[in-house]
Amino acid sequence: MMSLFAQVPVSTPEIQWFYLAPILILALGGVLLITLTSVAPVMRGRHISALFTVATGVLALAFLPFIAARLDGLVDPVAGQGGRPAVDLVSSALVVDHFTLWVSGLISVAVILVAVMLDGYLEREGFESPEWYALLLISASGGVILASAEDLIVTFLGLEILSIAVYVLAALHLRRSESQEAGFKYFILGALSSAIFLYGIAMVYGATGSTTLTGVAGSMTGRNAAGLSPAVDSSLVMVGIALMLIGFGFKVSAFPLHIWTPDVYQGSPTPIVGFMTSAVKVAAFGGMMRVFLVGFGGTFASDWRVLVLFMAGFTILFGSFLAIVQTNIKRTMAFSSIAHAGFMLVGLYAAASPVAIGDTGKRAVLFYLLAYTFMSIGTFAVISIVGKKGDGNHSIEAYRGLAKREPLLAMAFTVLLFGQVGAPFTAGFFAKFRVIAAAAQVERTEAYILAGVAMLGAAVGAYLYLRVVVAMFLDVQESPSTEMADSADETLALVEVRALEVPPATLAVVLLAAVVTLVLGIFPDIGSGALAEAALALVR
Amino acid sequence: MLEAAWLIPALPLAGFLTLLLLGRRLGEPLAGWLATGAIGGSFLSTVVVLIGLLNKAPAERFYIQKIFTWIPVGSFSVDLGFLVDPLSITMSLFVTGVGFLIHLYSIGYMHGDANFSKFFLYLNLFAASMLMLVLGDNLLITFLGWEGVGACSYLLISFWFDSDANASAGKKAFVTNRVGDFGFMLGTFLVFNQIGSIRYVDVLTSPITAGAATAIVLLFLLAAAGKSAQIPLFVWLPDAMAGPTPVSALIHAATMVTSGVYLLTRLNPVLAQADPWATSMIAWVGAITAFVAALAAISQTDIKKVLAYSTVSQLGYLFLAVGVGAYIPAIFHMITHAFFKALLFLGSGSVIHGVDGEQDMRRMGGLARFMPITAGTFIVGWLAIAGVPPFSGFWSKDEILLSAWNENPALWIVGFVTAILTAFYMTRQVILTFFGRTRYWDVTNEEIAFAYDQFAEEAQAAHLVAAETVDETSTALDKARSDVAKRTEALTKAQNSLAEATNALAESSEGLEGYDKLVKAVEKANKSVPKAEAALAKATSKVSELDDAVDQAEGLVVAAQLEAKRAASRRTEAPTVSPVVTALTEAPEVEAFVDKLPESYHERKEYTPHESPWTMTLPLVVLAVLAALGGAINLPFAKRLQFLGNWLEPSLFVNEAHVTSATSTKWLLAVVAVLGRLAAIFVAFRVYLHGQGNTEQIESKNFALAVTWDAILARFMGGPGRTLFDWMAWFDKTFIDGAVNGAASLAQFTGKELKTSQSGLVRQYALFISGSAGLIGLWFVVRLFA
Repeated sequence: MMSLFAQVPVSTPEIQWFYLAPILILALGGVLLITLTSVAPVMRGRHISALFTVATGVLALAFLPFIAARLDGLVDPVAGQGGRPAVDLVSSALVVDHFTLWVSGLISVAVILVAVMLDGYLEREGFESPEWYALLLISASGGVILASAEDLIVTFLGLEILSIAVYVLAALHLRRSESQEAGFKYFILGALSSAIFLYGIAMVYGATGSTTLTGVAGSMTGRNAAGLSPAVDSSLVMVGIALMLIGFGFKVSAFPLHIWTPDVYQGSPTPIVGFMTSAVKVAAFGGMMRVFLVGFGGTFASDWRVLVLFMAGFTILFGSFLAIVQTNIKRTMAFSSIAHAGFMLVGLYAAASPVAIGDTGKRAVLFYLLAYTFMSIGTFAVISIVGKKGDGNHSIEAYRGLAKREPLLAMAFTVLLFGQVGAPFTAGFFAKFRVIAAAAQVERTEAYILAGVAMLGAAVGAYLYLRVVVAMFLDVQESPSTEMADSADETLALVEVRALEVPPATLAVVLLAAVVTLVLGIFPDIGSGALAEAALALVR
Repeated sequence: MLEAAWLIPALPLAGFLTLLLLGRRLGEPLAGWLATGAIGGSFLSTVVVLIGLLNKAPAERFYIQKIFTWIPVGSFSVDLGFLVDPLSITMSLFVTGVGFLIHLYSIGYMHGDANFSKFFLYLNLFAASMLMLVLGDNLLITFLGWEGVGACSYLLISFWFDSDANASAGKKAFVTNRVGDFGFMLGTFLVFNQIGSIRYVDVLTSPITAGAATAIVLLFLLAAAGKSAQIPLFVWLPDAMAGPTPVSALIHAATMVTSGVYLLTRLNPVLAQADPWATSMIAWVGAITAFVAALAAISQTDIKKVLAYSTVSQLGYLFLAVGVGAYIPAIFHMITHAFFKALLFLGSGSVIHGVDGEQDMRRMGGLARFMPITAGTFIVGWLAIAGVPPFSGFWSKDEILLSAWNENPALWIVGFVTAILTAFYMTRQVILTFFGRTRYWDVTNEEIAFAYDQFAEEAQAAHLVAAETVDETSTALDKARSDVAKRTEALTKAQNSLAEATNALAESSEGLEGYDKLVKAVEKANKSVPKAEAALAKATSKVSELDDAVDQAEGLVVAAQLEAKRAASRRTEAPTVSPVVTALTEAPEVEAFVDKLPESYHERKEYTPHESPWTMTLPLVVLAVLAALGGAINLPFAKRLQFLGNWLEPSLFVNEAHVTSATSTKWLLAVVAVLGRLAAIFVAFRVYLHGQGNTEQIESKNFALAVTWDAILARFMGGPGRTLFDWMAWFDKTFIDGAVNGAASLAQFTGKELKTSQSGLVRQYALFISGSAGLIGLWFVVRLFA
């Protein structure tokens, strides 16, 4: 055998392992966790899996500044990246630049926070399974791959690694049929969208003869007045772009591909929903921005950005308006997350504009992702706590009187909800402000209309969040069940059921999210250097 | 000294934070005093800054205090900064001054409320937001304050949210204001787009095109109309009176509702560059609002609702003034209005406090002798708002009217008529509340209805008793009848035995054996017959007696039935009986009637309306002095007497409209206006004090008008929004749920497996996604070949 290998010269690309650290740490962490828990009974103790995951996330996070420093120290940045520090890896399958680092950072933070809240959740629900954490880590590694892929095939690979783990996670609450239904739906529809996405890649490859983003972009630069250079079949490219837009649109739940979101969010285990709204959304937007801005950012930008404009507008309107008629908080937040995706698409629309505005748009989306990661994880941590054992206590009525029973939790939740409203002095304000301002700077009629729609959506959306806030500060209605309880025992049982169990670690996640929401609202230029670098890295 | 500017909003903010942390622990009344101290300190800081400004030359009275750069985004940067100039300091002065008095007043008013400290927490937060709105050096800071006061207003309207009406009033305010806020946001963006900055310094000095200026003005007009309750967004303000009275006084009369006018005044250079029709529109919105609201005020019976509509009407004057470029009169009237309207509201609060929560003016009257201070100060407020010289309202209102005349006599006519209506409804209010007979102890319609219910119940009970008697006597009668039959039988028996004995006696002869016995038997039978006869007679008489009794009882039943019917019919009539006193005299027996009245009546009888404590009356007196003499800050006789005008001139640049009318015209207009008002007051006295004229006719017609108006607007405001939500819900129900349900029912037919796995649903979703993919692909293809 050995001689066989020796005879066939396999050209293996040179791999700079250091730059791959985040992906490797996350993926290997997942594999290691499963292995260790299988062989070492010590590893099955309480909190161990969660601690392991947090440590893995922290380790991945800790590498980022060093990679950034190494990147900045590169004497000769790779040509074709506009003089921006970037490293092509594994024969141009992946690229590590400041954009990758930003996305990796957000995903790692999401992994850490979700792992912490998952610990309390699993303990309450009576699961003691390392596979939840392992899947979380593997999914996160897929997210990083997706955002750093420079080859459409690798993009697809990342997308699938990201998604398949989440399909399983969605269905992993074995005692809730809704959870399995959610996983099933998510899987079927996700598979469909992946197929469409892959078909899109095939089209693009067919037209341009390349699957790398630089190759795709390069083959299109020759578009002449009549359309494209003769070498490229523009109709194929366009259909390919359309199909890939569908694939990404599905992952970020943009209209009209948002349709799965409420059902899946409602059914999935709440901390996993927190992961979906943060890490999955970050990764999908990361991949989408890289593919669309780098790959299709040149010649075809004016074609697809109109579509993004429509998607953005309708996504905001649908999300905001439909959220109002919901009575289940997870459904409400699902529509709210749809609306948020719409706002980010507004930023993407602006990002597709010429350079200066484009940077504003990119920065706006990246900031939005940062703000929304914290706000949504905090929000779903609260929902997870209020969901109680069985993860089913999700009517908005359930929040009545929360301020009296759990003042600290309610206070933090209020901050988070105000953040999602986009109230001043919260991160949400700047997130919304920046995307709308970026759209307004495009200085086109349709962009102004989009900015107007976004503002309308923000105003309407305020209602849905404030409804929850008001409920929290109202008194608890005497529930008829207490009146009907005949014996003292029954009453006791009812009281016990009603009491909330607040794991301190989960509460810490909520508080941290609330504090970050406030701090970013008061000092919005924290981290603006990294933000600018990340935005500049996306050069077409 | 100008550096103290930041203290103005910071002190109430600190008060808010302290109360947030320690409020419950401080409790009553310490929390109230802390809040009052905070706003008092804010007032003193304002005075310090004012002195600092006065020390400068008029042209240099302009100072920007930058706290820190808040948003640095590219070329766009927003500071958290304050703009100190005569306009903002004037606003701050009366916001903090009136605010201080109202805080003080609230300590008395909120006495005993379970959420005492929370109330002051909100009040301080409100004051901080309002001052931020006024002092902000750019549109974004103003917007922050704008949203802050809106939120506080919402919270305070719903302060007693256990009542449903209050909570819904809060919601109405919230929704209406969102419409206005949308205008504000769009306006801000347009300003930024046109000028590249949202700092007032830049906004006020940069020239822009007339078209852009017009659009900006219209957007901010929408914003201002929402906040200042102008047509078509005024519907929320009358409902906002559900909140505690000091809140009505502070937020919904003196300060927050004037912020729309402040904003437009602040933007006066933009207004000056806009097309003239835009500013005319402001004037007409104001004029029409003033008129309609004044009409509505005439027919209100709730003491606070009159003042609410009156506020809407007076705000209309302010818009009218801004629209015709009379900024100084607008600010002048804003200040005097803050004095007298706060006075009136606090006065009404004192009245409500004094009569144990009653708000219906039909149930007041003659209260002047119980609460002389309240009545006296209220009368001052009345004369001020009615525009009777030399009270403050006269000076400010007539300046606005004069400017209106200068611009367009039609505006003057609307303003003039509105002023007459104002004098009329305010006189009506004063008479109904403080003069005439004290109707406080009168029986209310509800109480009468209650009493008649009692009567009806009693009659019903009597009916039952009578019916029972009928039953009883009937039984007795039957018994008596059978007794008679028995007696008759006994009599016949006795007679028979007599006859028998007599016959036997006749057949036998004396001396025979047993003759004596027979004689005795005959004697006995002879005796028993009359006995039996007597018994029969007695029984018969008893029968006839019982017969009568039954008749009588049956009569009683009928009577009781009648009585019950009558009581019931009176009860249904009672609520329409008006005035209530006549209902009482018509009642069958007053004494018996009074006994039947519910507990509330007797409790009220025990209660005497009383004057409020000093914390409440002191602000009243101070405000009364201000309302009476406030006109002195801007007397029209000489330029040097126009203190306010001279002071504000640097802020308002050169856009102030200058009245060109001759002095004789001015005098004529003033005299005509005053005569009109005095006539209205006279008529109101005749109608409401001397009972001439048909009040129902005057009130109901207008009331109908106001109600229709409110309904139309409510439909307009609630309609599209609600319809949109309904439509969305319908869409969700029909399409989304329909797809789900349709799929589910389809699945039910096709098999159990399908149903449990819900694959129908997923199929629908997948179809949707594939369809979208097709459409999006099509879009690109069409675009390519188009």
